[in-house]
Amino acid sequence: MKVRKNIAISENGFIFNPLTGDSFSVNETGVFILQKLKEEETIEAILQSLMDEYELDTYTAEKDLNDFLSMLKSYQLITND
Amino acid sequence: MKPNYESPTIQKLNAGMMNKFGSRTEYTPVKFIDNVAIADLMDQYGSPLFVISERTIRQTYQKALKAFRMRYPKVQFAWSYKTNYLNAVCQVFHQEGSWAEVVSGFEYQKALRNGVPGNLIIFNGPDKSREDLIMAVENRSLIHIDHFDELFMLIEIMEEREDVKARVAIRVNMDTGVYPQWDRFGFNYENGQAWNAIVKIIAQEKLQLEGLHCHIGTYMLTANAYAVAARKMCELAFAYANTTGKHVKYLDMGGGFCSANTLKGSYLQGSDIIPTFDDYAEAITTTILQFGFRPDELPLLILETGRALIDEAGYLLGTVLATKRLADGRRATVLDIGINIMFTSFWYNHRVSPAQDFTQHVEETTLYGPLCMNIDAIRESVIMPILKKDDRVVVHEVGAYNMTQWMQFITMRPNVVMIDTKGEVHLIRKQETVNTIVDCEVVPEHLK
Ligand SMILES: Cc1ncc(COP(=O)(O)O)c(C=O)c1O
Repeated sequence: MKVRKNIAISENGFIFNPLTGDSFSVNETGVFILQKLKEEETIEAILQSLMDEYELDTYTAEKDLNDFLSMLKSYQLITND
Repeated sequence: MKPNYESPTIQKLNAGMMNKFGSRTEYTPVKFIDNVAIADLMDQYGSPLFVISERTIRQTYQKALKAFRMRYPKVQFAWSYKTNYLNAVCQVFHQEGSWAEVVSGFEYQKALRNGVPGNLIIFNGPDKSREDLIMAVENRSLIHIDHFDELFMLIEIMEEREDVKARVAIRVNMDTGVYPQWDRFGFNYENGQAWNAIVKIIAQEKLQLEGLHCHIGTYMLTANAYAVAARKMCELAFAYANTTGKHVKYLDMGGGFCSANTLKGSYLQGSDIIPTFDDYAEAITTTILQFGFRPDELPLLILETGRALIDEAGYLLGTVLATKRLADGRRATVLDIGINIMFTSFWYNHRVSPAQDFTQHVEETTLYGPLCMNIDAIRESVIMPILKKDDRVVVHEVGAYNMTQWMQFITMRPNVVMIDTKGEVHLIRKQETVNTIVDCEVVPEHLK
């Protein structure tokens, strides 16, 4: 799971995809996950860091992360490799 | 301490494009109703929970009354029971001076039990049984005749009775320029039916025509329709006076004023487009005052306002059961509030607020109810802050029709509490239990 090349992510959650011209806004948790993805962390590692960072149970973390990744994929912001 | 967690979200930004859902309206969470904490209410009385503000009822009533009283000398409200007939609610209106307006034997009995004197009960509707009519005659209630079959039944009943007259009015339907025209109730004005009914009543010694009634529709977006209706009612009143030398005592203009809810399909917020009590009052009273009654012969003006008096005082509190993602990527939020207890979600896009803090991030979501039924959605599309399981929401302006048209379907009906004007909370209808339902059932011996 990798963030596509050229995709700009600002600290306050603004995302720009120069390929498509689309822009997005993500919330704080979203920025947190995207940064980890940029650092090429594995899904398992991201899950763990989410739970280290926030008051959060495994089920919610897993459900939310999967949901968020599927949205990123559908907006073509990440790739599978 | 770890920072508060919010589910991750991503929202595509459509620069320059009109958002068809309108701008977001929920900038602040709603944590209190009349200074009572919503969290405390839900902890004590459960979820979902209907909450009624006595203070809001009284304030709204006073506002409506003032709008009419400052323009017209004789005004009387009659509480439309079907809108919300929880006894505690009715009693607030009766304390404020409202009569009762009922449309069935059941509602009639409720009004009597609430201590409303029989002569201050208006009996409307197409469904009055022989027994209902006898009871109404004996109690000197105002019987608003809906059709000729009822009129003839009443004439028949009165033939057997001595020393008592029935106090009656007819319900009149008419063209007020608003479509669809409500012509299924009462006697039509334009085709002469209403006048025929009046003539028939005049000929009956034991029927006393006390007034004329109309109810031209509900959620009437134009005050002018009431001016048209009032003029036609005055025409009938004058024709009656010219024929008999007597005057009807009252004109009952029914209900139908809008509450601030937003109708489905409307791009504009209800509160931005609806007429005010003053607009309605101006249209009705100007028409009657200018019609030419002698000051001492001005009829009493009766109003049966329902939704506009109670909607705002009612809240429905609920809890998020789950959030999910639909096949096409849209967000779905499942609440414990179903259409079985929120009938008005068929007509309105009710305003829904979160009951706890949230960040500025929002998502478009569908709000589903808990019923295992595809039609159970209370908002098809609404922009909401990020909600998660166990979060709480407040649905606004649900005071009218929900606590009467709710159904026991799949789930049971929840508690209803009222916050009095001092901030005390009272349980005014207990949540149903399995016994409430099965106690009415009978299983034949051979199936036990
Ligand atoms: C005869 C009559 N009066 C009053 C009302 C109250 O109407 P609303 O809630 O629109 O004010 C109704 C409702 O349908 C009605 O049928």
